[in-house]
Amino acid sequence: MADVLGTSPDEVQFRFRDDEVVDHGTVTVDSFLDQSNATAVRIEPGDDARALLPHLERIALVEVNFPSFMDGRGYSVARILREAGYQGELRAVGDVLIDQLLPMRRCGFDAFAPDQKLDEADAQAAFDRFPHAYQSASDARQPIWNLRHD
Amino acid sequence: MYLYDSYDQAMVDARVAEFRDQARRRLEGKLTEDQFKPLRLQNGLYLQLHAYMLRVAVPYGTLNSAQMHMLADIADKYDRGYGHFTTRQNIQYNWIKLEEAGDLLADLASVEMHAIQTSGNCIRNISSDHFAGAAADELVDPRPYAELLRQWSSFHPEFLHLPRKFKIAVIASDTDRAAMRLHDIGIQIVKNDAGEVGCAFYVGGGMGRTPMVAPLIKDFVPLDQLITYSEACLRVYNRYGRRDNKYKARIKILVHELGKDEYARQVEEEFAHLQSQGIEPPLAELARIATFFADPAFESGLSTELDRSNPDFALWADRNTHPHKQAGYISAVISLKPVGGIPGDASAEQMHTIADLAKEYSFDEMRVMHTQNIVLPHVKIADLHTLWAKLEAAGLGTPNLDTIEDIIACPGLDYCSLANARSIPVAQKIATRFAEKGRTAELGELKLKISGCINACGHHHAGHIGILGVDKKGTENYQLLLGGSEAQDTSLAKITGPGFDEDGIVDAVEKATDVYLAQRQQGERFLDTYRRIGMDPFKEALYG
Repeated sequence: MADVLGTSPDEVQFRFRDDEVVDHGTVTVDSFLDQSNATAVRIEPGDDARALLPHLERIALVEVNFPSFMDGRGYSVARILREAGYQGELRAVGDVLIDQLLPMRRCGFDAFAPDQKLDEADAQAAFDRFPHAYQSASDARQPIWNLRHD
Repeated sequence: MYLYDSYDQAMVDARVAEFRDQARRRLEGKLTEDQFKPLRLQNGLYLQLHAYMLRVAVPYGTLNSAQMHMLADIADKYDRGYGHFTTRQNIQYNWIKLEEAGDLLADLASVEMHAIQTSGNCIRNISSDHFAGAAADELVDPRPYAELLRQWSSFHPEFLHLPRKFKIAVIASDTDRAAMRLHDIGIQIVKNDAGEVGCAFYVGGGMGRTPMVAPLIKDFVPLDQLITYSEACLRVYNRYGRRDNKYKARIKILVHELGKDEYARQVEEEFAHLQSQGIEPPLAELARIATFFADPAFESGLSTELDRSNPDFALWADRNTHPHKQAGYISAVISLKPVGGIPGDASAEQMHTIADLAKEYSFDEMRVMHTQNIVLPHVKIADLHTLWAKLEAAGLGTPNLDTIEDIIACPGLDYCSLANARSIPVAQKIATRFAEKGRTAELGELKLKISGCINACGHHHAGHIGILGVDKKGTENYQLLLGGSEAQDTSLAKITGPGFDEDGIVDAVEKATDVYLAQRQQGERFLDTYRRIGMDPFKEALYG
């Protein structure tokens, strides 16, 4: 078995799912593609998430690592997976900060395991800050331009 | 012009609250400066040499008088009584205190303005033709499309941490007054052979240290796919744009390295996928936005005669106006380039004056030009003399649009922490030299642009004459460039040779203009003569 990576369930600070947390680690995209039974995978900033698309059925957890919060590739990763119909857990890990929570949530992340535990009240305020959104993304919000023309 | 509804207002108000919360967390030590910096930048707040600078978005450069009055009040309340209009059609203030920035943003929100995404590695304020909605030569008003893009790009969750900043311009005329092909994405609204309106996409232009003219990526995107195609362009950039080197992170480098065809192919692939995702706004939204840009109540049957008996007025009218699509009207340009002044600066008092004049003579509307002047877009020709007299009385009647005195200059080393050399004093000396010698008129259209460092905020690559300030062993040195253009004949200027000191560069500019005057043929502008005769005669005069 390839080296197991990733965060453990008790490192997950925010989770917006009701199913059981996957309690085993993730593997790299390369090792995932080399084996037929892995169900959890970890995506690093340079990985192409589209390589996973033929295998979404068997994936229960995708961890997307943000080594630096300034590197925004993981946002596109999340949307690409959600747009392809991925229903499993999508966990943002690494340098995940308060002010990135809402955009991450909008891109389809439904679990967050920040390196540094975040202030709960500040995080809740950030999730709830904006009443609407201008554009479509991978969350349930109707964009403002749809609300205007209901 | 566009007016907020309750949704727009709620978003901007939420943003002010968010910024106040971020500033609080910074002051409480919950955010490090490294963590706070991108947040304040995306609210327009830079730390400069002496203080914070705050850049306010003026979407596609359009303002009403209430907004301009507020900009003046902000200059008085939070700054030192003036503001600086920028090459992105925005305004920035140079002496802002961090602890007052939240209140400033709240004041802006009270007049439907903001500083959202005016800096940082995100999609910036959308720029456009400053004569939009007025120009006789436009296909349609480009601003509804710019406004749709403004909404789409505001808080776009996928594109808030791009490899680098991202600038979009939208025009709708074959005459390019917005440097469209020097943007990350330049969109020209066009008509296809079937008579349908759509968008031509140019991607990968830019100035900075590696200037590039954007190639055409797609010649026609239907209006009901504009947002989807834009999203595809951005997603390919977000995926592949370089993050290892900030100087190679702009999309122009990606398009250049991949090649435009390969970039276009990948966009096409992403576009095909995204079309199944239903992310495009309903066309009804574009129609709703367009109603805000309907023509004001123009009168018909107005006189088109101009009383030219006052030669000072006639000169100003010849230089500082632009033909209007409606007979009897004209667009008037207020120069913010008084000889010896700071290009683009306006005092609070001047801003109040301009706002009042816009209300009285231009259907309450103004435009900020990327050349750092202000347009009153819809003036009755019959009112032009009265308007001019009032501008003259306020010190705003300088008749020098598109002349060598109408210099674009960045703030330079007087303010900017990135600059290597001062720009403002060089601009002042050049304008003064040519004004005093009475040479301005003889030189005709001559676009001179000055940047105080290679980041090229002063657009020196696109100047008929460009000046680049560099640091040469601890002293300011200025390189001379010739032959740039940001118009529809976009070209990048070339360096003449070794640089000059501050006085030397003024002399060098004069020598270059001497070559032009000696060599020009009938009807040629400086740029035309340069293109015909090439660099050599200029080099000979400068260094021979």
